[in-house]
Amino acid sequence: MQVNTINKGVKTAKMAEMTIGIIKAFVVGGALCGLAQVIIDKTGLTPARVLVAYVCSGVLLTAVGVYRPLVEFAGAGATVPLTGFGYSLAKGTAKAIDEHGAFGIISGGLSGTAAGITAAIVLGFIAALIFPSQPKFRNLVSRNSTRKSQNEQN
Amino acid sequence: MNLTNTEYKKYVKKHAVPSPVIKDTVKAFAAGGTICAFGQVLQYFYLWLGMEKEIAPVMVSVTLILVSVVMTGLGFYDSVARHSGAGTLVPITGFANAVVSPAIDNKAEGLVLGIGAKLFSVAGPVILFGTLSSVVYGVFYYVLKAFKV
Repeated sequence: MQVNTINKGVKTAKMAEMTIGIIKAFVVGGALCGLAQVIIDKTGLTPARVLVAYVCSGVLLTAVGVYRPLVEFAGAGATVPLTGFGYSLAKGTAKAIDEHGAFGIISGGLSGTAAGITAAIVLGFIAALIFPSQPKFRNLVSRNSTRKSQNEQN
Repeated sequence: MNLTNTEYKKYVKKHAVPSPVIKDTVKAFAAGGTICAFGQVLQYFYLWLGMEKEIAPVMVSVTLILVSVVMTGLGFYDSVARHSGAGTLVPITGFANAVVSPAIDNKAEGLVLGIGAKLFSVAGPVILFGTLSSVVYGVFYYVLKAFKV
């Protein structure tokens, strides 16, 4: 009976910890996105430049020792935004230099991000093969009618 | 209505929509926060499945990339992204969207110069400048380490 209550207590504590973790991720991730929106609205920076700036900032913030504590604090809130990509690049570089010396300078960054890059380009390629490029594809009805008219043309 | 220039300016100012920056930012915060919170839920799930602590966050990214790629292909991501601005751009899902959508749009140009080249129209600069900064960081890290700072 007592064991049951203790187990229940542990379970509740774990649930509370996870809820807080999810809220932290929401707030930190949201803040990083909100900041990007302010930059876009105020400076008119193009989305591609924002992405590049975020990745480079991630490397810089990891280099000065700010980003690692943020990842430990916010989890996915810090790793999911593109600054997290920069964090993985920098983390991979440091790890590779620790293990292999100077060789790590050229091998570490891409090793640290290999899974993400591979997933994006392989899945992207497969998707580009599967999905049609008609802009009206969103609407299933119009999709069928375009197909029909294409068949008639053929 | 006859108006002088200054009167017209005043009229426009009075009726113009208040600066959208705050509204945009709140939307971006909410959308980006939701994606990251979902990522955190996934991470707890993967850890619960017994995945290694180092691998779980990477698999979260891979899963989000998969979700984003499928949603982009089906045309859903763009309709969400229109309202949330940077909220759907800055998370890794926005990166995946930027990789796939030009590839799908230009598939008519062929496998090599269509899909193959356009897949990197945004991924290229991101990977280039990211790798470049990681090499610069690596040089600093190596030199500082060599001098045992």
